[in-house]
Amino acid sequence: MPEVQPLVSEFVLKLKRRKVEGSHAVARQTAELLRSVVSQHRMGSTNQAAALADAVRAVGEQLIAANPVELAVGNIVRRVLHIIKEEDISSTAVGIEGLSVTADSDDEYDSGNDDHPTLSAVVLAAHARNALRAPSLQTLLEDIPVSTALSRSASSTGDSDGKSGDKSSKARKLKHDVIAAIGDLIEEIDTCYDQISEQAVEHIHQNEVILTLGRSRTVKEFLYAAKEKKRSFRVFVAEGAPRYQGHVLAKELAEKGVQTTVITDSAVFAMISRVNMVIVGAHAIMANGGVIAPVGMNMVALAAQRHAVPFVVVAGGHKLCPLYPHNPEVLLNELKSPSDLLDFGEFSNCMNFSTQDGSPLLNVVNPTFDYVPPKLVSLFITDTGGHSPSYMYRLIAEYYSADDLVVRRKSTS
Amino acid sequence: MSQKKSRGGGGGAAAGDDPEELSRSPLQAVLLADSFTLKFRPITLERPKVLLPLVNVPMIEYTLSWLESAGVEEVFVFCCAHALQVKEHLEKAGWTGKPTAREMAVTAVESHDAVSAGDALRVMYGRGVIHGDFVLISGDTISNMDLKDALQEHKDRRKKDPLAVMTMIIKYSKPSTLTHQTRLGNDEIVMAVDPETKELLYYEDRADSSQLYVTIDKDILASNPTLQLRNNMEDCYIDICSLEVLSLFTDNFDYQHLRRHFVKGLLVDDIMGYKIYTHEIRSSYAARIDNFRSYDTVSKDIIQRWTYPMVPDVLSFGNCQEIKLHRQGIYKASDVTLLHSAQIGANSVVGNATSIGENCEISNSVIGEGCNIGKNVLIHGSYIWDNAIIEDGCKVSNSLVCDGVHLRSGAIVEPGCILSFKVEVGKNVVVPAYSKVALLPQPSNEDSDEELEYADTNSGVTDSPRYPPFSSMRSADHPTVLSEDDDLEASETGACGVVGYIWASADTGIQEEWRQSIAPIPKDKLEELQHAASVDDDDGSEDDLNNRPAVLDRDDDSDVSAVEEDDYSKFEKEVEETFQRALDGIHQDNLILEINALRLSYNLQHVDCAGALFHSVMRGALVTAQSTNGSLLKTTADALGKWKDLLHNYTKTVDEEMEILLKFEEMCQETTKEFSPFFSKILPYLYDKEVVSEDAILRWAEEKENADESDKVFVKQSEAFILWLKEAEEEDDEE
Repeated sequence: MPEVQPLVSEFVLKLKRRKVEGSHAVARQTAELLRSVVSQHRMGSTNQAAALADAVRAVGEQLIAANPVELAVGNIVRRVLHIIKEEDISSTAVGIEGLSVTADSDDEYDSGNDDHPTLSAVVLAAHARNALRAPSLQTLLEDIPVSTALSRSASSTGDSDGKSGDKSSKARKLKHDVIAAIGDLIEEIDTCYDQISEQAVEHIHQNEVILTLGRSRTVKEFLYAAKEKKRSFRVFVAEGAPRYQGHVLAKELAEKGVQTTVITDSAVFAMISRVNMVIVGAHAIMANGGVIAPVGMNMVALAAQRHAVPFVVVAGGHKLCPLYPHNPEVLLNELKSPSDLLDFGEFSNCMNFSTQDGSPLLNVVNPTFDYVPPKLVSLFITDTGGHSPSYMYRLIAEYYSADDLVVRRKSTS
Repeated sequence: MSQKKSRGGGGGAAAGDDPEELSRSPLQAVLLADSFTLKFRPITLERPKVLLPLVNVPMIEYTLSWLESAGVEEVFVFCCAHALQVKEHLEKAGWTGKPTAREMAVTAVESHDAVSAGDALRVMYGRGVIHGDFVLISGDTISNMDLKDALQEHKDRRKKDPLAVMTMIIKYSKPSTLTHQTRLGNDEIVMAVDPETKELLYYEDRADSSQLYVTIDKDILASNPTLQLRNNMEDCYIDICSLEVLSLFTDNFDYQHLRRHFVKGLLVDDIMGYKIYTHEIRSSYAARIDNFRSYDTVSKDIIQRWTYPMVPDVLSFGNCQEIKLHRQGIYKASDVTLLHSAQIGANSVVGNATSIGENCEISNSVIGEGCNIGKNVLIHGSYIWDNAIIEDGCKVSNSLVCDGVHLRSGAIVEPGCILSFKVEVGKNVVVPAYSKVALLPQPSNEDSDEELEYADTNSGVTDSPRYPPFSSMRSADHPTVLSEDDDLEASETGACGVVGYIWASADTGIQEEWRQSIAPIPKDKLEELQHAASVDDDDGSEDDLNNRPAVLDRDDDSDVSAVEEDDYSKFEKEVEETFQRALDGIHQDNLILEINALRLSYNLQHVDCAGALFHSVMRGALVTAQSTNGSLLKTTADALGKWKDLLHNYTKTVDEEMEILLKFEEMCQETTKEFSPFFSKILPYLYDKEVVSEDAILRWAEEKENADESDKVFVKQSEAFILWLKEAEEEDDEE
């Protein structure tokens, strides 16, 4: 797909340069990019679903490599792959009375799976159909020009009443369904804040004291929603060094009329005994229920556990990552510039290598993320409701298919 | 989750700028892919400096990536030395060539006769491709700063004052108090900045550290009520320039160096009132790699992530494997072969496809791609580029080892060495500290440093075997290696220990080598400096503040008089030479003209001419007298008779006649004592030929009355004549 390549490389560069950061923005832009990849994809004669999945995988691989720390990129790529699979199954399910089990057997069986995943996929497809398929298939079909249909006409043998038997029209239908489903995904990403904050009143009660760290848009919307429902509560905001986003959040909350107190990160333990609930945002939720969150969060979680304060993580569905964390402090982390912490000029004489023997005496480490193990998390609030950490794997199984966990193009053989 | 916010903020700002960006002309940049210096010799003989790997990525990639992320839309890469290689690289890295997804258009501009940054800018002006404000940067600058603020400041200033032609980016950095160098190995810069407007008023990058004072023009002090004098600033060599800068370079065709000529020129000569402003960056990073010391320092800064996001695990170049950051600042590519017993210490980088053998210890070093490192190798603080082979038991410390170098087992590379491309070091050879070894011989005619880098410009491609094959390098007729300095080293390194030429240290001299080397300054040197500094301090405490300016004044005065003295004797010499030529028969009028011209060029008085000319005449007489063995008195009389008209030209006043007498006296006393016996005899001659008048003689005698005995010798000698003159005068009066 030469047409999308510029778009892809532009986005890859943006990710590399760290021009796009934050899981929401990244997720949204990834989904949009993949939608254009799918719509530009020229459907082949055979094996359309597999070819489409390969195209998505090829792009996805580049995107993930561009910024491996932004897990949302991988999440969206896997979601799209899953969508393609579902749509393929559903289209064969619709056309199953006609014929051609061959179409789906191509992509499903060459990856060496037995019947079992296919079955579960069908179940999921049915589930997805209920959820997503609002517009009529036929209206979608009628909009498409019939230009690409020529090559495939020969193999159409026994299509019943022009519904979806013809493979070429089936290909177009598949593509359209996938595009529509990605559109739904984008909408889901956009509306996750509303979905989550709808549940605010159930969790925040009158006269409670809430503690949060740094600034998360999800948390902000969550607290706003509670305030709008006339709940009165107080918020402690830990400033979130070294980026001090907590200051911004405190200002925003105060403007909305929420009683707000700013504390330093190191004062969290001292304050936690007065707190009824800790509500924080996350960078990603891993499959084991662990959380990748802004630095300092592990300390807050430990403090909360010590005082038996519920530790609640609010996060949109796009932050659900189907991977299990391995060495997350290092491998799923990013070290930023030390200039957040220190003024370079003030310390420049400590880093004069002409008078020291090679090794710098002053080292500055500025990690972006913390890993909070699942046992410290009391509750996850996602757009589908509240879940406990041990339920995360189940939620993830609904969104992703197991063979997409490693996004890598199959070898061309 | 704080991510979200930062993203939101950034996105908002970008969106806010959009309408403005549409209205303005695209931001352009001129990138000089040539440093116009020889500091990276001998490596730069084979590869241009901008393509040298810095933490395994060519330097120009950092610069271009930064320009792109800073929102520059069009870049002109000015290639000069090795232009072909630079262009090939740009093509390969996807900057030029087929239309790509890059937001930034890169155009290579090639010129072979530019020998300085000034020439480069004149070529750019000639092309007429720059339309407005542009960023001037050299291809070896690493930065992550946000240009937006600086650019906005520059534009706002331009609106108010069209004479503000340039904004210079500076960064706070403390220089070492011992070496008076910045951490980048440059001399510390003294600059005066107006704290209100940030206008640059004074710039001196070669301040003599032995002097503890700077001289600032008093006009600067007079015209600026407040002024900040700083020596803790680093020049980042990133300039935001207006179009006028290019035309200024074209108008002043002798401007070569950006700082030494252009900046100082604008500040000192005050051309058309153009002004330069500074922009200080605080949190972001910018540095230029100017020498090996800064190569080392910037590499370490990159590893320590000051340049984020220009760090190895984020900025990947080409299709190389991604590099992962592990604990303690260890960067490892994905397919490194690392034996279990090998240790990689903190702050190290190991490139793709490199294998490291048993019991190796690597610390604070950067190792490139495809290197093969044997067992028990110690690498400390060094930079090993791609595809180097280091056999068992080698030791490399604080050195730079280029592509394809082969160190045979047991070789030891001492601190500060530079081993250029494909050099081989034999078994158990010790490469002495601070040596530079290359396969190419050192150019012998090392006179003008600017032109040299271009000697091989046209050949461009360096892969061509311009050096003899290794076998012949080892043969007797080629100097196999090493040590033009002393035999001791040669025996230490073995007969044919190294394949390559050892370069004599360049103009800096070996004792200065430590200043800009990769190796840290040796301990004894530091102690020496420490000692010197403490002595200086003692001096400082003894001299009280009142004392110091006095010392300074005296120095100045003596300087001035010394200069005058010097000028006068030179002038005298030239006049004599001219006079000698006149003896060969040049017309008198022409002679006068020439002497007048000399007088003007030396900026001397009319009086001085008379003295000098008289001196010449007398010398001439002396020389002829000696050569013909004639009587000195007679030849002198003849000469005076012959040249009296010429002398008349210059003896228009009594002062000038006095000068001649004084000169004569001085000659008799000091330079040409041959005349001293004849002083009283020549004096009447001078009177007779009307070279000197009686007034002058009498005044001279009067003046000498009060002088020392020794000075009175000649007055006494001619007492009779003077007496006669006096009497004659009285008689005249009586009449």
